[in-house]
Amino acid sequence: MSKIRILMAKPGLDGHDRGVKVMSRALRDAGFEVIYTGLRQTPEAIVATAIQEDVDAIGLSILSGAHATVFPRVLELLKEKGASDISVFGGGVIPEDDIPALYKAGVTRIFTPGTPTDDAVQFINDNIKPKSA
Amino acid sequence: MSNLVERALNGEVIAGARLMRLSDDRREGYQVFMKEIWKKTGNAHIIGITGAPGSGKSTLTDQLITKFRSAGKTVGVVAIDPTSPFTGGAILGDRIRMATHSLDEDVFIRSVGTRGNLGGLSVSTMDIVAIMDAMGKDVVIIETVGVGQDEVEIAMVADTCIVVTVPGLGDDIQAIKAGIFEIADIFVVNKSDRDGAERTSNDLKMMLEITPKRDEWTVEVLKTMAEKGEGVDELVERIHIHENFFKENKLKRRKLNERLVHVAYGAVKEKIVKDIFPPEKIHALIEEGNDPYTTVEILWKNIK
Repeated sequence: MSKIRILMAKPGLDGHDRGVKVMSRALRDAGFEVIYTGLRQTPEAIVATAIQEDVDAIGLSILSGAHATVFPRVLELLKEKGASDISVFGGGVIPEDDIPALYKAGVTRIFTPGTPTDDAVQFINDNIKPKSA
Repeated sequence: MSNLVERALNGEVIAGARLMRLSDDRREGYQVFMKEIWKKTGNAHIIGITGAPGSGKSTLTDQLITKFRSAGKTVGVVAIDPTSPFTGGAILGDRIRMATHSLDEDVFIRSVGTRGNLGGLSVSTMDIVAIMDAMGKDVVIIETVGVGQDEVEIAMVADTCIVVTVPGLGDDIQAIKAGIFEIADIFVVNKSDRDGAERTSNDLKMMLEITPKRDEWTVEVLKTMAEKGEGVDELVERIHIHENFFKENKLKRRKLNERLVHVAYGAVKEKIVKDIFPPEKIHALIEEGNDPYTTVEILWKNIK
């Protein structure tokens, strides 16, 4: 039986992992397989992990203000490694004004503080399919 | 040879990772790929690590990866965590403890959910190990889910089986019960700086003294503090000794065949359930008011 696999990662230096843990739990309860890698991950490590785990999507939680560099870097590395079929979404403290640029760079969705977890589940069910051969 | 398999055998991680996915999902036709993969296996040394939740299996695995890498060996890891019986979802978090290896191209770590399998492994585990073996990994470590007393499937598939325990989990009667304590090739008492480590270690040794040896191998009890890396060199040394013992006694071939038989039986069970006893038919018959045994008889008689 096919299952959607999602890597939940926390790049950068801040240690606020409540959000990513709540989201991981919500995605688990929605029936997805969530791979959680812990704090302070580099974009290179995130992409290497995503490829080994053959995930369908990567969710990045960023509260440090580094979103404008981290998201594009992850997308760039995925492309470099031939894995741009992995969807990248994210959440955290990200100003509304910065979101259009992230979408333009290829991020599929940004969830800002206060988003109900159901919205993220809905988004994944509507947009992400388990990969096949 | 199919393209995907060829790419995986050439070391392409994306292709290997996809093959693992196809087996894990039991996707239509995955067996075609796996037939090709299994032909290329038999070279890796397969180490099983099992023990209670929180006993330090992942941290120990992390330490072992470091040691094997510094000895120049390539490493695969299959890390298994439980799947929710209610939602089918899972949080696979064993990698957290192995983060230092995420950029090492000679380390392939794969997280797997049990997806309803009860023996401590997923049904796909051995296929995933086989893919890593075929991709040329020298050592493949299987880290089981946190287990209780009876999840002994790992003993049927690993070359060297390490059972990890911690001080204070139970008295000496726990150690003489059947099950998990019988399968160890090496015992590890982790977190050995805690109170009662000596007692736990002695209880295990006492139990081993009255246990008949399997294949003339002496099971030793080692103490580690995985978080600080203490005792890990001794563990690696003991693994090497077991590996050599294994080869010299020609047990490797027997183990390899046992492994293939185990995988074959897994496939048999799946096929029988799918083709003869599909869950939806069982549900329907039970709902009609049949008892469990009549239900099975009705489906059995329907086989053409």
